[in-house]
Amino acid sequence: MADIAIRAENLGKQYRIGTFTGLGSPRSQYRTMRETLSNAFLSPFGRKRSETQRVSGKDQDQIIWALKDISFEVPKGRVMGIIGRNGAGKSTLLKILSRVTEPTKGYAEIHGRVGSLLEVGTGFHPELTGRENIYLNGAILGMKRLEIGKKFEEIVGFSEVEKFIDTPVKRYSSGMYLRLAFAVAAHLEPEILVVDEVLAVGDAEFQRKCLGKMTDVAQEGRTVLFVSHNMSAILRLTEETLVLDRGQNILLAPTAEAVDYYMSSGFAQIGERQWLPDEIPSTAHPFQPISLQVKDSRGRIIDTVRSTEPVTLELNYRLKAPISALRIGIYLMTARGEQVFTSFDTDDPALFDEFPIRQPGEYTSICKLPADLLNEGRYVAGINASSYRIRRYFQDEQALTFTVDGTGSPGTQWPELRLGAIRPRLTWKIEQIDPTLQFQSQREVQPDA
Amino acid sequence: MSETNEMVIYLRPSRGWAALNLLELWRFRELILFLTWRDILVRFKQTVFGASWAVIQPLFTMVVFTFFFGRLAKVPTDGIPYPIFSFTALLPWGLFSKALGDAGRSLVQQRSMITKVYFPRLAIPIASVLGGVVDFAISFIVLILMIVYYNNIPASSYHVTITSNVIFLPLFLLLCICTALGAGLWLSALNVIYRDINHMIPFMTQILLFITPIAYSSQMIPEKWQFIYALNPMVGVVEGFRWALLGSGDPPGYLFLISAMVTLVLLVSGLFYFRRMERTFADMV
Repeated sequence: MADIAIRAENLGKQYRIGTFTGLGSPRSQYRTMRETLSNAFLSPFGRKRSETQRVSGKDQDQIIWALKDISFEVPKGRVMGIIGRNGAGKSTLLKILSRVTEPTKGYAEIHGRVGSLLEVGTGFHPELTGRENIYLNGAILGMKRLEIGKKFEEIVGFSEVEKFIDTPVKRYSSGMYLRLAFAVAAHLEPEILVVDEVLAVGDAEFQRKCLGKMTDVAQEGRTVLFVSHNMSAILRLTEETLVLDRGQNILLAPTAEAVDYYMSSGFAQIGERQWLPDEIPSTAHPFQPISLQVKDSRGRIIDTVRSTEPVTLELNYRLKAPISALRIGIYLMTARGEQVFTSFDTDDPALFDEFPIRQPGEYTSICKLPADLLNEGRYVAGINASSYRIRRYFQDEQALTFTVDGTGSPGTQWPELRLGAIRPRLTWKIEQIDPTLQFQSQREVQPDA
Repeated sequence: MSETNEMVIYLRPSRGWAALNLLELWRFRELILFLTWRDILVRFKQTVFGASWAVIQPLFTMVVFTFFFGRLAKVPTDGIPYPIFSFTALLPWGLFSKALGDAGRSLVQQRSMITKVYFPRLAIPIASVLGGVVDFAISFIVLILMIVYYNNIPASSYHVTITSNVIFLPLFLLLCICTALGAGLWLSALNVIYRDINHMIPFMTQILLFITPIAYSSQMIPEKWQFIYALNPMVGVVEGFRWALLGSGDPPGYLFLISAMVTLVLLVSGLFYFRRMERTFADMV
């Protein structure tokens, strides 16, 4: 018992769809005023009954289980990763464990003080100065005033915003803002730390710094739950990883094994990924992804492509309203989480000029990868639809995975593992500069031998 | 930390009414103060008049009331100069109406905190209500200055003498805060689920302004309606303020008790309703 930090048993969380997605939009289902009156003033018991009716009755289809039957244990001092696609329930699980929301079913026990970092800079106010925000944010995250005072210098030092500490944070650059926010959070000292995807924000330098701090925290022997889409961060920081899919716990295993499973079989889609309507967030409108396909040089949808042949990635999508300056991006990542490249369909200015506004209708953006580009191994393709500096409509960093077969690529006559994500057919030349010098030196060596 | 006093938290679905858990709220007292402090700081940042805004609003209302109710309608004030008569009432009223509005909207405004960090949710409306106390204190100084002025101008036939009643003032202030908090708790919790509350707050405040003896004295209300009138808890608060500071009107009697009881019911029911609804805030807000 004593060495358990977190134990969860059959945790479940259900949401009513309307209230969950709307966030203030007129479509969200706030209850009506008539219900208000009857609920608030007439009979609280009546509401309780109607709530159970909602669950069991005709509204069944409006209910989704964001989490279902999640059970696991985290021993003290363990750094555990949680991975899964968007909407798999990772954030919901962290919200339950950090007591932001209650489970609908099941139970969990937590031994020790929990510090949750579901977002950096919670409660930051743009009008307040850096100094004021440090105190405020510290208090919100559960630090005492004295504790913040003691660590103040350290926090400021870590954030590198000393000069602007008495400037309102609304005048900060986004990088400064993030560094300050993360600095406060990084100096929390709870026994259990729950971290959600904080590394997904900020520039590379900031991410490196955050990751370094997370490594320190992990080495201090604290219990950490860490959600990330960044597989290399997961591999580096965590010992054990929980894989969630559609609200369910599909695997709890040592990290290397879990990542491997997640990246390969976890969502292999035989060379094609289709998006179901419920996988597309309402914020994507008017963009609607239909499918992403990997095709070989003969146009067949295929899961394993040959490195020596060109490959096309085709994204089919529908626009329900015109979008100006739309660009469709492909991210390519290795199964280990290293980025290979990012490319957009309108990178070519000529294509950009041809489609200043894309009218409603169905489209396919086709990206051709030349032959002899990728090394053998498994790759993850992600997509993005955005208008630069205007809006991001849709993003799925892990839309689909495919395998590259290296047969015939450069150097395959030596059956050894080649490092690196790409395996280009580069042009080599070997030149002998001075045959006589070579000959002489060999001759000189011979007498000694 | 040794194993024996290790903190264990059990998470499970809860049903029905929840305990108030005021002990936990006490542990988070620093957070409440920080949130109050933030509200105050933010309110006056980048404003030209800064904290004087806390005074400008009641002062102008007082001037308008003095003109219309004091001069034109000649509302009886028990011999007290009308500006002092109305300003004394505008102090607790200002505290109440501001607290009601701020607290009512507080949870929705602090959505990002509620959905990301755990802390007792009661801290948010409480901090909003406390934020108004600073405005109250500033206006109170203005009231004292006004009293000093009226006591010293030669033409004045009226002299305010501070009586021993004034020791009860903190009690009335507390009652005012409790009333605002009670109503604020109801409104903030309801606002999470029904945004209708946003529209109701200004309109409610306006109506309450007229059914509270601010521009006039509660003695103008016919005897037979006094009982119903006192169901508005601010009636007891405002009359209590006038009695404690200016010595006007009757000492608090059964009408005051009715108001105080309504406040108590409002506060206790508000606390329990809030705690009951609290668990859904993060999902609904």
